[in-house]
Amino acid sequence: MRASKKGGFKKALKCWQLYVLLIPALLWAAIFAYYPMYGVIIAFKDYKIRQGILGSPWANPFFKYFEEFFSTSIAVNSIKNTIIISLASLVIAFWIPVVFALLLNQVKGDRRRKTIQTISYAPYFMSNVVVVSIITVFFSANGVINSLITAGGGQEVLFTSLPEWFRPLFIGSNIWQTMGFNAVIYIAALTAISPDFYEAATIDGASRFQRILYIDIPMIMPTVILMLILQIGNIMNVGYEKAYLMQNGSNTIVSELISTYVYKVGLQTAQYSFATAVGLFNSVANFIILVIANKVAKKFSDISIF
Amino acid sequence: MSRKNKSVVHKTRMKMSMPDRIFSIVNGLIMALVCVIIVYPLYYVIIASVTDPVIVNSGKPLFYPEKLYLKGYETTLAYKPLWTAYANTILYTVVGTLVSLVATIPAGYALSRKDLVGRRGLIFVFTFTMFFNGGIIPLYLTIRSLNIYNSIWAMVLPVAVSAYNLIVCRSFFESGIPDELLEAAKVDGCSDFGFFFKIAIPLSSTIIAVMALFYATAMWNQFFNALMYLQDDSKMPLQVVLRNLVLMNQANQMGSSGDAMVTKQKLAEQLKYCIVVVSAVPLLVVYPFVQKYFAKGVTIGAVKG
Repeated sequence: MRASKKGGFKKALKCWQLYVLLIPALLWAAIFAYYPMYGVIIAFKDYKIRQGILGSPWANPFFKYFEEFFSTSIAVNSIKNTIIISLASLVIAFWIPVVFALLLNQVKGDRRRKTIQTISYAPYFMSNVVVVSIITVFFSANGVINSLITAGGGQEVLFTSLPEWFRPLFIGSNIWQTMGFNAVIYIAALTAISPDFYEAATIDGASRFQRILYIDIPMIMPTVILMLILQIGNIMNVGYEKAYLMQNGSNTIVSELISTYVYKVGLQTAQYSFATAVGLFNSVANFIILVIANKVAKKFSDISIF
Repeated sequence: MSRKNKSVVHKTRMKMSMPDRIFSIVNGLIMALVCVIIVYPLYYVIIASVTDPVIVNSGKPLFYPEKLYLKGYETTLAYKPLWTAYANTILYTVVGTLVSLVATIPAGYALSRKDLVGRRGLIFVFTFTMFFNGGIIPLYLTIRSLNIYNSIWAMVLPVAVSAYNLIVCRSFFESGIPDELLEAAKVDGCSDFGFFFKIAIPLSSTIIAVMALFYATAMWNQFFNALMYLQDDSKMPLQVVLRNLVLMNQANQMGSSGDAMVTKQKLAEQLKYCIVVVSAVPLLVVYPFVQKYFAKGVTIGAVKG
């Protein structure tokens, strides 16, 4: 396959029209993905808008803004919050679509299965603003949940302002929003399993539960691992939009994530270099975790994303 | 275990064994519960938007509109800023989806061609953007320096391409357009442009629908980018206005000045529900028609992620 350099050039020339088709997407990548990556050097500079990226002087010391970030208590707190939310999502929310797909696969009747599936991913269409609005009305002091609690003889709970309820609400609503959507991939993997396996298992007297355990789960494992790597690779990128919307004065202690903090110091108070440094820390940490997760998965299961 | 039961199972294969029947029932209950949990909040909001706020505020679960009260919708429909925002969102969604399609579909096709020199490298250029980015501040500064801040292009261009969608698109072309077709067209002297526009595109209505759906939903729901890249109230999309009215409690400013204080307070609560419904209606109406494309898109992506 390896052509000589000249041959490669000739070949490339031959498919020039394909490169033309790529131009709009490449322009986007250059301007809105790679140019901002170059822009991160302002994390190491005292950036002034008028002087531009190159013209601004280097920060002294070089890691000034990183040191500044790590010397604040907000830093430690926002890193901690980001990681806790991510890990909790991984441990709790990641498995739910898998289980849902396995159970849905056991429902008899194509139509019924399709209907349940269609219902299950409807919330994925809802915007975060709508979802947070629904949370707010449902869990407010005179909302449905509290009226059920008081009707059962319990005490009213201020869900939306109590810090200890931020994470359960955040993760719980995430599950509500994405379970059906995330399950689609596993359902596709389950439908691809050959009926021969089930036939053989049934003849051997396997119960439905055993069929799930010994056929379904092993067969969808590669897909599960792939999704797990992807999720781990996004561990520092918690949905900041929703966190920001759910934030209020009384829960920032747990709801302040690295990304919401970057937005606040960066755009609301215009500390560009500082906020870029914080964001860069986040991206780099995330990327390192992704590479490690990918390596580990490759070693143990031969599955990797690159 | 299996040997002893073999003959029995064989005879009753069509009937379910006891544990299987229990499993079926429990599973059915779980599925029903899941559906209720997913549907009820949406249903509740719709019912609450037409029910007397006094009943809604009592907090009891609603199953049907016990006492119809439609002043909320009257006020909502008469509230101009909401409709400006609506128009903005429609504009951003239409333009954004078109721009995204123009950028994504041809690129997806080009990346699916095995004779594209440098294909692996080019694919990496896009996938890398999924896992690493410059962060929000450098992107913000880029937008400012391009002079598109506070314009429709700040909403449309930064999100014009999603690497994930591009990969889904490439996978579709790889498996959906047979190589033989290209060979045959080439023998007939068809250029790459000719093949793409005259043969590949007409065969790809599914992927175009999937992409349009993915991009349009993302555009319609954009909130944070509007907060960062837009400044004028008159340019804000629906999501921002929705958040201001519902989550920042500005809904009580909506009623007309003629309304009595009591009516206003009563209205403020109901308005929240009405606004949520009004802003989610287009998606809910379109959803049943497009959901099959939605599942298809995710499945294509899954096959060759």
